[in-house]
Amino acid sequence: MPFQSTVGDYQTVATLETFGFLPPMTQEEIYDQIAYIIAQGWSPVIEHVHPSGSMQTYWSYWKLPFFGEKDLNLIVSELEACHRAYPDHHVRIIGYDAYTQSQGTAFVVFQGR
Amino acid sequence: MSKKYDAGVKEYRDTYWTPEYVPLDTDLLACFKCTGQEGVPREEVAAAVAAESSTGTWSTVWSELLTDLEFYKGRCYRIEDVPGDPEAFYAFIAYPLDLFEEGSITNVLTSLVGNVFGFKALRHLRLEDIRFPIAFIKTCGGPPNGIVVERDRLNKYGRPLLGCTIKPKLGLSGKNYGRVVYECLRGGLDLTKDDENINSQPFQRWRERFEFVAEAVKLAQQETGEVKGHYLNCTANTPEELYERAEFAKELDMPIIMHDYITGGFTANTGLANWCRKNGMLLHIHRAMHAVIDRHPKHGIHFRVLAKCLRLSGGDQLHTGTVVGKLEGDRQTTLGYIDNLRESFVPEDRSRGNFFDQDWGSMPGVFAVASGGIHVWHMPALLAIFGDDSCLQFGGGTHGHPWGSAAGAAANRVALEACVKARNAGREIEKESRDILMEAAKHSPELAIALETWKEIKFEFDTVDKLDVQG
Repeated sequence: MPFQSTVGDYQTVATLETFGFLPPMTQEEIYDQIAYIIAQGWSPVIEHVHPSGSMQTYWSYWKLPFFGEKDLNLIVSELEACHRAYPDHHVRIIGYDAYTQSQGTAFVVFQGR
Repeated sequence: MSKKYDAGVKEYRDTYWTPEYVPLDTDLLACFKCTGQEGVPREEVAAAVAAESSTGTWSTVWSELLTDLEFYKGRCYRIEDVPGDPEAFYAFIAYPLDLFEEGSITNVLTSLVGNVFGFKALRHLRLEDIRFPIAFIKTCGGPPNGIVVERDRLNKYGRPLLGCTIKPKLGLSGKNYGRVVYECLRGGLDLTKDDENINSQPFQRWRERFEFVAEAVKLAQQETGEVKGHYLNCTANTPEELYERAEFAKELDMPIIMHDYITGGFTANTGLANWCRKNGMLLHIHRAMHAVIDRHPKHGIHFRVLAKCLRLSGGDQLHTGTVVGKLEGDRQTTLGYIDNLRESFVPEDRSRGNFFDQDWGSMPGVFAVASGGIHVWHMPALLAIFGDDSCLQFGGGTHGHPWGSAAGAAANRVALEACVKARNAGREIEKESRDILMEAAKHSPELAIALETWKEIKFEFDTVDKLDVQG
């Protein structure tokens, strides 16, 4: 009888911080998360970087932070425009909280290659 | 006006019970729960507490007249019933700011919870809360970094930090210990922790642990592409040793160290916090011995006081209990003191056990650490209770996974991220906890097995120390 173990082998994965352990989100799920950012009163910020630089503190801004922007569709189209301009870069969205000077949330929307 | 010396023993209430007094913004206010000996009037007990914790002694002494004691004395300005307890009462006492050395929590506690706790006219005494005036707070260093800076250093946003205590807590060699750290971090945790009683024992001297752990942290960071850390416990038997360990952690380029602030003491803690501020080091704080002091509902010091004292003495993360795990802690009370760790202003709210408005000014916040007997099934409740500015720490709930610590870590991380995603999307995570976790497990065999492993484990005991409410 061949040996069968019930123990699985856990393989280390390279991940990109928050939501890195979830399967890629559907478009609708991404909209929900952006709606959450807006509902918290945070400013959406789009940043991108070549995958080789993903551990840098500073990624490049896409344009400028979208201070006070409440329009979900506009943010979605800016995310897509950033992805089109830098197809091989990671693109993340940040909910920037000026009151705490911190990021309320941040996660990668498009993974670069 | 000068007074005449009149030797003898006066009743405390003649001097220290002043119901007409209106506390000043600069006064340090305290609320004590008092249970006096039978037959002693409340005002006398309360005044005795005010006297013995400030300027008074049992007898009138001539040397009192060399100063203006009216300026320095503590005063009991209010007495209140304790709901549901006919024999105890709350005494509210105001202490002038100049009774305390600037920035010294050690000094505040030596006065407020010193000799007075052994006073014979009292059966029990409990310090329920302190209102620190902003004037005093401004003299304290506080958290060496605070929540915002810690997030920036660790690059973690929009979710609680995820940690784990290395087990078995005692007995591993340095190399084996580093292996367990590596497994947890490569599996998806952000931080691992030395157990509090790991200091520098014969089976594993501290230097050996620090070196192997540093290698594990760096390797996991490199392989996962995420920022990792391990709380290197620097608690030691002398301050000199404490600093030597901290210096070595810095030399190894580690981001965070750890101290046990009650067994180590406030003086040591404040000193180490100052060192951390100077050296850009994060500071995790453990609270061994707290339950000896804070668990009895009628005697000791409430943990909300110990938590406020830690924020002033300095720490970037403090253990607060879990509400849902194996250790004592009522939900409303816990919310009351985690507010005091993290917010810049906390209003009086008796339903959360906060007796005073507390203005923290610009003092940075402290991460609330939930640790002890928690596992993946608790994740939705933990996120709902503690919110994002917390560190959720799983010990057995990571290492106990049938595939080992790395898979256990991944299960925790998947569960946490699924709950955060669901919360942000507007779902009621506590009500829908089962659905959220089961859905997430479809994409994660590690989580599916964890859910199966811990499905029956609950810790349902009644809380010993409850809020005082009419039941």
